Amino acid sequence: MSIATVLGEGGPQAATPRRTRARGHLPLLLPGLVYLTLFFVVPVGALLATSLYVPVPGGDVGQYQPALHWQNYTDALAKFWPQLVRSFGFALMATIAALLIGYPMAYVIGVRARGRRLLQGLMLVLVVAPFFTSFILRTIAWKQILADDSFVVSALHWLHLLPPGGRLTATPFAVVCGLTYNFLPFMVLPIYASLERLDARMLEAGADLYASPFTTFRTVTLPLSMPGVVGGTLLTFIPASGDYVNSSLLGNNTNTSMIGQVIDARFFKVLDYPTAAALSVVLMVAILLLVGAYVRRSGTEELL
Amino acid sequence: MTTTAPAHPGAASASAGAALELAAVTKRFGAFVAVDDLTLTVPSGSFFALLGPSGCGKTTTLRMVAGLEQPTDGTISIDGRDVTGTRAHRRPVNTVFQSYALFPHLTVAENVAFGLRRRREADVEARVAEGLALVELGHLADRRPALLSGGQQQRVALARALVNRPALLLLDEPLGALDLKLRRQMQLELKRIQTEVGLTFVHVTHDQEEAMTMADTVAVMNRGRIEQMGPPADLYEHPRTTFVANFLGRSNLVPGTVVERLDGDLLGVDVGGARVRVPASRAVRDTGDVLVGARPEKVRLLADGEEPAPDENVVGPGTVTDVSFTGVSTQYEVRVPGLGVFGVFAQNLSGRAGAALGDQVRLAWAVDFTFGLDGRDDAAEGLADLDVEP
Amino acid sequence: MSTTVEPTRPATVRRATTPRTGGSRRRRWRLGEALVPVFAGLAFLYLLVPVAYTVAFSFNDAGKSNLVWRGFTLDAWRNPCGAPQVCEAFANSLRVGVASTVIATALGTLLAVALVRFRFRGRPLVNLLIFLPMSTPEVVLGAALLAQFLSLRVQLGLTTVVIAHVMFCISFVVVTVKARVASLDPALEEAAADLYATPWHAFWRVTFPLLLPGIAAAALLAFSLSFDDFIITNFNSGSFTTFPKFVYVSAARGIPPQANVISSFMFVLALVLVVVFQVVSSVRAGRRQRG
Repeated sequence: MSIATVLGEGGPQAATPRRTRARGHLPLLLPGLVYLTLFFVVPVGALLATSLYVPVPGGDVGQYQPALHWQNYTDALAKFWPQLVRSFGFALMATIAALLIGYPMAYVIGVRARGRRLLQGLMLVLVVAPFFTSFILRTIAWKQILADDSFVVSALHWLHLLPPGGRLTATPFAVVCGLTYNFLPFMVLPIYASLERLDARMLEAGADLYASPFTTFRTVTLPLSMPGVVGGTLLTFIPASGDYVNSSLLGNNTNTSMIGQVIDARFFKVLDYPTAAALSVVLMVAILLLVGAYVRRSGTEELL
Repeated sequence: MTTTAPAHPGAASASAGAALELAAVTKRFGAFVAVDDLTLTVPSGSFFALLGPSGCGKTTTLRMVAGLEQPTDGTISIDGRDVTGTRAHRRPVNTVFQSYALFPHLTVAENVAFGLRRRREADVEARVAEGLALVELGHLADRRPALLSGGQQQRVALARALVNRPALLLLDEPLGALDLKLRRQMQLELKRIQTEVGLTFVHVTHDQEEAMTMADTVAVMNRGRIEQMGPPADLYEHPRTTFVANFLGRSNLVPGTVVERLDGDLLGVDVGGARVRVPASRAVRDTGDVLVGARPEKVRLLADGEEPAPDENVVGPGTVTDVSFTGVSTQYEVRVPGLGVFGVFAQNLSGRAGAALGDQVRLAWAVDFTFGLDGRDDAAEGLADLDVEP
Repeated sequence: MSTTVEPTRPATVRRATTPRTGGSRRRRWRLGEALVPVFAGLAFLYLLVPVAYTVAFSFNDAGKSNLVWRGFTLDAWRNPCGAPQVCEAFANSLRVGVASTVIATALGTLLAVALVRFRFRGRPLVNLLIFLPMSTPEVVLGAALLAQFLSLRVQLGLTTVVIAHVMFCISFVVVTVKARVASLDPALEEAAADLYATPWHAFWRVTFPLLLPGIAAAALLAFSLSFDDFIITNFNSGSFTTFPKFVYVSAARGIPPQANVISSFMFVLALVLVVVFQVVSSVRAGRRQRG
């Protein structure tokens, strides 16, 4: 058992209709459903309502009244579309980078280390344990490791790998790296879970049929680990597109701002609740559309 | 359809009354009718088998008796008490599940003690030891089920059910997961235990041999209904539907028409121009279209020039199209023009070869072993089901 | 959930190190396959460098800010609560984490059991309702709850943070426990009922013990999500401070080394716990194999 088995869930549903009982599910369902309704569905409704509010005429900053002011959306989009597009761009880049880095990790843990339980366990622990060190502290660590006067940057200058005056922090590159870093475990664990479930005999059969390890990988291993890949990319892309910790700690506030930062600032600094709410709704809807299309395309609806 | 198990002499005298009665029980899953207006009585102390192909409703019937499924209609009584609405844990019934369903986190002894502890019975330890001794597993009491072989797990499941001395022990394909040799051994063992403890066993299986070996009474189920019910030998020698004729062993079925009534209560039937005789008592109808049946081992090959006995039906000649030697017997396939292919099982008594491939032979069998089925039935019913193994 | 798969790769590995036969393309791939572990090693390095940095700077003789290395000291470890607010924030995070984990694990486990064991109308809808919070960015979840709390004029604090954390943890618990429930033979619960166990007994004597590994994994996941959450907390905490929030807020004026101490401690604790768990379970598995 490990946390890893977790995220890449989607195993066979053993139950056949005959074996499942028809009644008695309500006591089990109700508490959770009521909770999610009260604290997820209703708040999203509140968010939708807030996104249409207008300022109280002559009221203080931060005072709004119910209305159906759809213009909030067009105003918000007209003003903040670059941040919205950038968020998805950064999230996409981070997801691809995390996939490229995370797949080999998951492969080594789940396939190469088979039979060596202790090694496998140790590597899994190393993937999971950073969860317990504050991710903000780790992000700040990156900031300091890559700071202008740091050893890394000096070395890169000395090696002429970085142009004079070039820097690593406060760049889009740094933000994408931070996002990649922070959500990497969410990529590794589901892929690991699906690779680990993979029957060793299939790999052997593949090796037998195709001989070349690459062909085996391409035709057997990769397709069979697709549920994990889909799960991992979703678990990376979704939080990355809404994140603002990385862009505010590793970015420069001009060409790295992401939509999360805007929403946060609108809520807490400007007290512009309708705009913040409208942007949140846009972000949520956009992600749901993207995720829906992606899941349908990859044919892994069962994953949900 | 109302069917009552003919009281088995031994069972009936052992204890009067019915252990289980189903009255007009129907179970629907949506539009699918799994069990269709089923009525049956299982006498106390008997070993009763529900036999049928997968999907015939036998397991659903068992689950309704156990209380794991609610009938859509009808009533279920155990020991004369109506338990239709009673939930599983309140029924005096225990089940040996197909997958055994042993609790993996408990030891063998704890598994066996589970039911006794739930009912807060006295002497749990002693009764567990007794139960394990009955299935000869006392030495494995402290093991976890995962460490046992399939046969051992099966015995634990049996002990776990038996120690509760239920009014009714239900067995859901209990031997399905075992290999052939072990299955044979367990069949005898189950029979021994049943005789020893004297409980009523209701056994669900798709394996006709298993049902016939163990049960006093077999009910053959098909499509949610009981086709025929009775002692195994009765069902075999005297099938009343094509399904039973084909599902329980093999039958040669030839379509024909009743043309006359002969002395000695025999029916004269025309089959493809030939005339055969069927005892009226062994035919389900005495006019019109019938299927004339004979079991392959009852049929013999007539050597050239050999005359049949007067009380035999004869067909042929036909061509031997297949010969397979199995040691105990030789199985022939003989194609008779106009009638189809006959199977013939010849006991290997003399040690010399009978017919060879391509030989022209005639076939003969005793009139007394001939049976007649409804000619409107599908002669192939129950055939395909033989291949279905869950 | 532990694997007991025999080592099956030696053949491939051996082939990878003896590039004797085959075309150049194949040889290139073999080289590639040999490089996979190297690449994965670098990735692990990438993952762990900031952790190492954090641990190292818990021993820094920091002055006003813990930015540059000034020398080794155990001061912060001797006095982990030395910096203002740091232990209070840590304690708050523990309280929030424990409360959220308990509630989310309970609610999520019930949902998971219901979803796997029962076919009912509206099941797809329930699945969707569980999937949605996972596919909604934290900033939206945070903003939505805040909008509701604001409109209801709810005082922000510990309670609102726990409410928020339970909400986003439930889905992860459901997904985790569902996998475990699905791997259980439904006949086990039926067997319990058949052996006179009431539904209550059947759950506590059979289902629950067998689900326990899955529930434990779910609880661990929920706790780690809650403990490390910043964005949703930031929206719904008001002046209530959790550990991540403390770190974020103090980043501007300098994070005290005590924060590094606490993070390092948690990291080591997690490491030890998981290693112990792994060793125990592999020893148990070994014993089981030996019979």
